[in-house]
Amino acid sequence: MIRIDSLTKRYGTFAAVDDVSFTAFPGRVTGFLGPNGAGKSTTLRALTGLATPTAGRATVLGHRYQDLPNPGLDVGVLLDASALHGGRTGRETLVLSQRTMGLPPIRVDEMLDLVGLTWAEGKRRVRDYSLGMRQRLGIATALMGDPKVLVLDEPANGLDPAGIRWMRDLLRGFADDGGTVLLSSHLLSEIEMIADDIIMIGRGRIVASGATHELLAGVGTLVRSDDGTLLVDALTSAGFQATRRPDGAVATDADLETAGQVAFRAGLPVTELRSADGHGLEDMFLELTAPDQREEAPSRRTSLPNGVAA
Amino acid sequence: MSAPVLDPTVVGPRATTARPRIPMTRLVDVEFRKLVDTRSSRWLLAAVPLLTLVVVTGVTLWGSDEEVTFGMHTTTNMMPMELLLPLVAVLSVAGEWSQRSALTTFALVPRRGRVLSAKAAALLVATLAATATVLALSAIGTVVAAQVRGIGTVWDLPLELALRLALANVVAVAFGFLVGVAIRSTAPAMVAYLAFMFVVPILSSMVAGMWSWWAENGPWIDLSWSTAFVTAPEITGEQWAQVGTSTLIWIVVPLALATRRVLRTEIR
Repeated sequence: MIRIDSLTKRYGTFAAVDDVSFTAFPGRVTGFLGPNGAGKSTTLRALTGLATPTAGRATVLGHRYQDLPNPGLDVGVLLDASALHGGRTGRETLVLSQRTMGLPPIRVDEMLDLVGLTWAEGKRRVRDYSLGMRQRLGIATALMGDPKVLVLDEPANGLDPAGIRWMRDLLRGFADDGGTVLLSSHLLSEIEMIADDIIMIGRGRIVASGATHELLAGVGTLVRSDDGTLLVDALTSAGFQATRRPDGAVATDADLETAGQVAFRAGLPVTELRSADGHGLEDMFLELTAPDQREEAPSRRTSLPNGVAA
Repeated sequence: MSAPVLDPTVVGPRATTARPRIPMTRLVDVEFRKLVDTRSSRWLLAAVPLLTLVVVTGVTLWGSDEEVTFGMHTTTNMMPMELLLPLVAVLSVAGEWSQRSALTTFALVPRRGRVLSAKAAALLVATLAATATVLALSAIGTVVAAQVRGIGTVWDLPLELALRLALANVVAVAFGFLVGVAIRSTAPAMVAYLAFMFVVPILSSMVAGMWSWWAENGPWIDLSWSTAFVTAPEITGEQWAQVGTSTLIWIVVPLALATRRVLRTEIR
């Protein structure tokens, strides 16, 4: 189990991760989804003791990662498949991890087998590996200590479709055996296929989280008003769940009629009211991504439909 | 199935902190292995005996009779090692960052201080082993030179001087280690180390020529100057003190500051 608790990481005044909290449960694959630069990697580095959080706390299996006496045996970590010493052979890379963790030498060959690297490939220098081969080698390092938790940053990068399929089956099996998997990706389609739960992050903050099928079903209502914050307050005090989406619209589990009435009673003019469609998550994700392309921002504003000031 | 709600009393934290900690010996073993498992570091290490062999052969064949005593042989033969071994130290630390293998290293051993200590210990072992190798090669050179020339073998290396030669090597490697920890990028760190080795002594002697205070007091500060005393046949108490102060200035204090930084910095 992984628990992230009000984690904040600032660089100067810039908050790369801003008050992020979530839990990754055993037996489930948790997808950590967000555009590049959203704070995924920073969160994972803080979780694995490679970065010190400015505030908040991250624990694995109930402990701070730094307090684990031999972390490789509890947590398999792959943060960047390209971060391997190019001058070592793939096999030697594994031998160093095997020795550090104090495992029997046979584990090295078992892991090469498991990730589908041949004996000849193991003898090659990592410098000559494709990104896909490096991912496999990184997975081998992560799995070697037979951990209960896996933390993987963009593990599908560089894998071919067959490789992605292989990775999916591997992580599925790991979770089905009671393991906890936290993997990040900037591709919704990838996460959709493999994750049981999704944590979506944008500009350092969590914007959506929940079980994948619920998030994708997009059940509920989308209601928009000039003041989204007041609308959220009104809906929550009426006993409904309500979240403000990045575009200002509010998603709620109240049905159409009730949502309209709640807004009316709160004195909030409704500018849009409709059932949330199945693409809610994708819309949200695209909206998260768009403002990061700054040169497009002004033209977006002028092209908005009349009267809809966000 | 709805979003998972797990009873914290059921999924309690497992007693993972009850595992034995990774012993230091294992970390030293791993760091020692890293010194020899890449082509660049292996060649640098292999170059020490190879170059020493070249120097031994040269001195044995063409050196004057005074230069082929054991003491003179050894002092001369230490030179390739004193230049190359610190580069191994630079690589062993800076390489982790340049190659970004630090990400794996520190994920497996989050107590970064232990990794740095293990690296230092592995380098110490390598330095002492290399020193012993050079001594052995020098002994062979001494015997061969005496046979070829038909002169008596002169075993004029007192234990005290031998230990001082070893100490000089350790200081040189410690400086390389410091440069690696402080700069953490292979190319700039190597340049910085070589600049220190070649440029600082020249600058220092130029300044000494123009400024009498420096000519008198330079060795208190200039590490390259004071370490030259360590390998001289005789060394005075004042010179030992100068070795101490310059080591403090150039190695101990900067290493403490650089280590503190490494312990806190974010590993990317």
